[in-house]
Amino acid sequence: MLELDVQHRLGAFALDARFTTGPGLTALFGRSGAGKSSLVNLIAGLSRPDHGRIAVDGTVLVDTARGVYVPKHRRRIGYVFQEDRLFPHLTVQHNLLFGRWFSPRAERSGGLDDVVALLGIGPLLQRRPGALSGGEKQRVAIGRALLASPRLLLMDEPLAALDTQRKDEILPYIERLRDDAGVPIVYVSHSIAEVARLATTMVLMSDGKVDAIGPVTEVLGRLDLYPKTGRFEASAVLDTTVARHDAVYGLSVLRCAAGEIHVPRIDLAVGGGVRVRIRARDVTIALAPPHGLSALNILPARIVETGGDESPVVDIRLALDGGHLLARLTRRSVAELGLVSGRAVYAIIKSVAIDRHSVGRFAPEPADQATDTLDT
Amino acid sequence: MDTLFALSQDELTAIRLSLKVALWATFSSLPVGILLALVLARGRFFGKAFLDGLVHLPLVLPPVVTGYALLLLFGRNGPLGRVLADDFGIVFAFRWTGAALASAVMGLPLMVRAIRLSIDAVDRRLEDAAGTLGAAPGWVFLLITLPLMLPGIIAGMILSFARSLGEFGATITFVSNIPGETQTLPSAIYTFTQVPGGDAGALRLSLIAVLISMAALLASDALARRIGRRLAGA
Repeated sequence: MLELDVQHRLGAFALDARFTTGPGLTALFGRSGAGKSSLVNLIAGLSRPDHGRIAVDGTVLVDTARGVYVPKHRRRIGYVFQEDRLFPHLTVQHNLLFGRWFSPRAERSGGLDDVVALLGIGPLLQRRPGALSGGEKQRVAIGRALLASPRLLLMDEPLAALDTQRKDEILPYIERLRDDAGVPIVYVSHSIAEVARLATTMVLMSDGKVDAIGPVTEVLGRLDLYPKTGRFEASAVLDTTVARHDAVYGLSVLRCAAGEIHVPRIDLAVGGGVRVRIRARDVTIALAPPHGLSALNILPARIVETGGDESPVVDIRLALDGGHLLARLTRRSVAELGLVSGRAVYAIIKSVAIDRHSVGRFAPEPADQATDTLDT
Repeated sequence: MDTLFALSQDELTAIRLSLKVALWATFSSLPVGILLALVLARGRFFGKAFLDGLVHLPLVLPPVVTGYALLLLFGRNGPLGRVLADDFGIVFAFRWTGAALASAVMGLPLMVRAIRLSIDAVDRRLEDAAGTLGAAPGWVFLLITLPLMLPGIIAGMILSFARSLGEFGATITFVSNIPGETQTLPSAIYTFTQVPGGDAGALRLSLIAVLISMAALLASDALARRIGRRLAGA
C-alpha cells in the first residue's frame, strides 16, 4: 500500500498531491507536464519533496515533519524508466541480477528463472544491452527491477519510447506482472488506452494536483473529467469474461452483466477476464431494439447524465448492468430523440470499432489469478 | 653497421630506467588522477577553479620551472622533502623516484583531462537506476561509474606514460642527469648530442623512443576498440 501526501516546488511548477492506493496497478494519468514523473521521482527517492510524507506498506520513506528521508538505495522501490537505462557494460544476466545482489536475502521473492520465464527473455541472457531491440530492452529493465524484490514497482511511461508493435509485445507481460507477481505497481502514462487496459486504480492528475482517484471503470465513466483526460479519447471500460470463441467468423464473445459483446478474435482462454475499452464516438443510441442492423452488439441501458451545453457534440453517460458506457452524439440527435436522464435506451457498438489495443486481459479479483492463461 | 644497432650497457640502463620511471609515474598518479578528475567533474566547492588551474599548471609552465618548484618543495631541505625523508624514509632528490615524481606531475594534467572527459560522458541516469536497485553510492561508483570511465582511464594512462617517456626539463632540473639513477632516455639522448661522436647513440635511442611510444599508442587503441565493442553489445 502506498500512502502519499507531498508538496514540492520545481521552479514555477507546484506539485501538491495526496492519495492512498492498494494492490494491483495504479495508473497515474495526465497530460505531459501534469507532474506524474515528478511524483514518481519523489517516491523513488530521486528527488526530495519540500514538504510531505510518503509511506509504503507502513514503512515511512519520507516525512519532512519528522526529518525522515530514506535514501533511494534503501527504499527497495523498483523503477522502470521511460528509457531502459540498462547497464551497457554488463550482460543481460548481470543486469538482471544487479539488484538481487543488494536485496536482503530473507526478502528475496521470485528467482531468476521465474522472472526470465515471466518476461520471455531466456534467449537474451548472455547478450549485452547494445544488441537488444527496444522491446527486449524494456522487458529486461522490468525483470531487473522485479529481481530486486521491490515493495513497490514504479513504471514511468515504459512504453512511450516504443512503436505500436513493440507496445503490443510488452503489454501482455505487464498484465501478467500485475496479476501474478504480487507487487503493487504505480504506472505513469498519458495514453488512455494503456490506462484503460492495465489499471486497477486510476489517479487523474493535472497541473500538479490529483483531480480524481478510483477504480478505472468509475473514473473513466465520469463526464466532468473529460476536459482533463482529453475529449477525443473519451471512453468507458467494461470488465467482462470470455464466453466463447466463434471460429467460423473469427470472433470472440465476451459476457458482461448487460449482455454479450462480440469482438475480433482475442487469444484468451474461455472464462478468462477481459477488459474492453469502448470509445464514446463508437457508441450509437436507439430508442427501441433495432432490427436489420449490421452492428452485433446491442445492450439495454439507461441514460444517467448528459454533459456539455453549448457545443454541437454531447457526451451521454449510460448505466448498464455491471458498468457504464459513454456515447458521443450530436446535439441535434439528443434533441430529436429526446434523450434525457432516466430514459431507457439501447446502446449499439460496432464490433470492428473495438480494436486489438482496446482489449486486455484482466483478473476480476486479485485473489483469482491462476485460472486464466495467456497463449501468446 | 653492427655498432649502429648494438646497444651499449649504459643505453640499456637508460631504456630500462625510462620504462621503470614511466610505469611508476603512471600507476602511482592514477588514483590521484581519478580522484582529481572526479572532484573537478562532479564537485561543487569554493576554489574549484583554483584547483583546476593548479592541476593544469605544469601543462603551460616551462618544465624547468616545474622542476625547480619540485626541487624547492621536495629537495632535501624542502618542507615536504624533509618530512618525507625523516618520517617515511622516502627520498626524491637525485633519485629515480624523483624522476618518477617529476614525470607524474608533468603527466597529471593530461591524465586528469582524459579521465574527466570520460566522467562527463557517463550517463548519470544509469547511476540513479543502480541506486534504485539498492546499490549504495560506493557500489554505484565501483560497479557502474568506474567501468564506464574505463576508456578515459586508459587514454589518460597512455598519455601520462607517453609524457613520462618524453619528460626532460623538469626531470633534469629536479634530479639532474645521473647515469644509472636519473638518466632517462631523453637525458641520455641529450648527453649523446653534447659529446663528439655521440650521433649514433642519439639516433639509436631516438629510434627506441619512437618504437616504445608507437607500441603504447597501438596498445591503447586496441584496448579502446575492445571496450567500445563490448559497450556496443557485440
